[in-house]
Amino acid sequence: MWIRATMTYRTSFLISLFGNGAGSLLDFVAIYIMFRHVNVLGGFTLPEIALLYGSCSASLGLADLLLGNTDRIGVRIRDGSLDTMLVRPVPVLAQVAADRFALRRLGRVVQGLGVLVWAVSVLDVQWTVGRVLLMPVMVVAGAAIFGAVMVAGAAFQFVAGDAAEVQNSFTYGGNTMLQYPPTVFGKELLRGVTFVVPLAFVNWLPALHVLGRPDPLGLPGWLAYVSPLVAALVLVPASWAWRAGLRSYRSTGS
Amino acid sequence: MHRTAHLYAAIAAGGFRRYATYGTATAAGVFTNTVFGFIVAYTYIALWDQRPGLGGYDQAQALTFVWASQSLLAAGALIGGGFQEEMQERIRTGDIAVDLYRPADLQMWWLAADLGRAAFQLLGRGVVPLVAGALAFRLALPSAPGRWLLFLLSVLLGLVVSFALRFLLGLCAFWLLDGSGINMVATLVSILFSGMLLPLTVFPGGFGEVVRMLPWSAMLQVPLDVLMGKHAGAGGTARALAFQAGWAGVLLGVGRLLQSAATRRVVVQGG
Repeated sequence: MWIRATMTYRTSFLISLFGNGAGSLLDFVAIYIMFRHVNVLGGFTLPEIALLYGSCSASLGLADLLLGNTDRIGVRIRDGSLDTMLVRPVPVLAQVAADRFALRRLGRVVQGLGVLVWAVSVLDVQWTVGRVLLMPVMVVAGAAIFGAVMVAGAAFQFVAGDAAEVQNSFTYGGNTMLQYPPTVFGKELLRGVTFVVPLAFVNWLPALHVLGRPDPLGLPGWLAYVSPLVAALVLVPASWAWRAGLRSYRSTGS
Repeated sequence: MHRTAHLYAAIAAGGFRRYATYGTATAAGVFTNTVFGFIVAYTYIALWDQRPGLGGYDQAQALTFVWASQSLLAAGALIGGGFQEEMQERIRTGDIAVDLYRPADLQMWWLAADLGRAAFQLLGRGVVPLVAGALAFRLALPSAPGRWLLFLLSVLLGLVVSFALRFLLGLCAFWLLDGSGINMVATLVSILFSGMLLPLTVFPGGFGEVVRMLPWSAMLQVPLDVLMGKHAGAGGTARALAFQAGWAGVLLGVGRLLQSAATRRVVVQGG
């Protein structure tokens, strides 16, 4: 229904689709300008960073397309419109995801995939069956990990109220971080995003394997293939948190 | 005259209090600015390790740029936010007619409210990230109180430039009714040309020179350079402040012209 509603204003939709893509492309503009001054950043070349950038942009874009509206849950709790959703015979999470479903978010996916394709075409990679298969797995599993963070963030808003920005700092902030090679960041930060919030599995570990580079934390190479498992593992506690949040919900109405 | 000043002070105080109500949102914003500060700081370290002195900054100055940017981001509404969406909504629904009947000028009314908002964001969301950055990294913050006063003056001028631009966006709704498209484009331009993305001194060649003369540069790049004393001597700082004041004057003037053109279009449907 929201797709139909959006399509009523086709020009406005196309502008916002373009804007969404262009907005996320700005990060790549920053990287491009940096490479006007240097040849390598953290030991990585521009096409190598483009591989990281494209894959995490596509992952975040997919997660954002499906679950991006979960950050509005704080507003819904405040204005009481969550109540309407509770009485409908459809899971609340599905309703939250479908509410104001914004197809313009495809802009980020398209733009990320575009940069990814460019990176793959110019990179000199020894393609094996495993590495080829790893590419789509990386994007989809990465989207699932970002999705889990979004659901957990939405659950957090039941406790904290209007704290959408905390959720954004893990999703958009994580995305900004994953665009750069892990060698750029401090070891503590790397441990945090590997073992606490496993964002490193979105693209760092699979991409390092594809590029044939060692992990700065010295983790074994086979971990590149466990992203889907990690995604499944984080989706479980995220959904528990969501259900617990929903159970603790007390309406603001009378 | 005295009464008018009193009125706008009251509006500004209202703007301040309105944003002070959202405690959790402010805390969440501080968290976000700090997280982004760390991420960007590490990328800048990697860049300045490769190219010391890039853009005329040493590494400590580049890191100061990162953390001071995060502190000014919410106050200057550099990546969106602020009042223009609300103003556009009032124009679309016709509530703007009520605003026009108030004993205050439309532009001055919104300016006072927006400066009140910005003052809160500067205190609520600005101080903590800068302190966090100063604790975690070696920054090039000045020790002379005079330099900080000049910085605050430059920030104030930057806030007025930011307001004046967004007031023009708000007025667009008199013609377009829906402002979402133009707001989106304006945010992209602001991120790219203010120095939020990268210091404008790093932008290459002629493109960089043009970008540094545009009004967006007055919103972030100039205040940060004033803070770090990058403009040579007292004359240099005075020129930087004059550059900001010039853009503020021009943009407020254009806003005033556009406002009188727009309000002539208003037709109040009585009932």
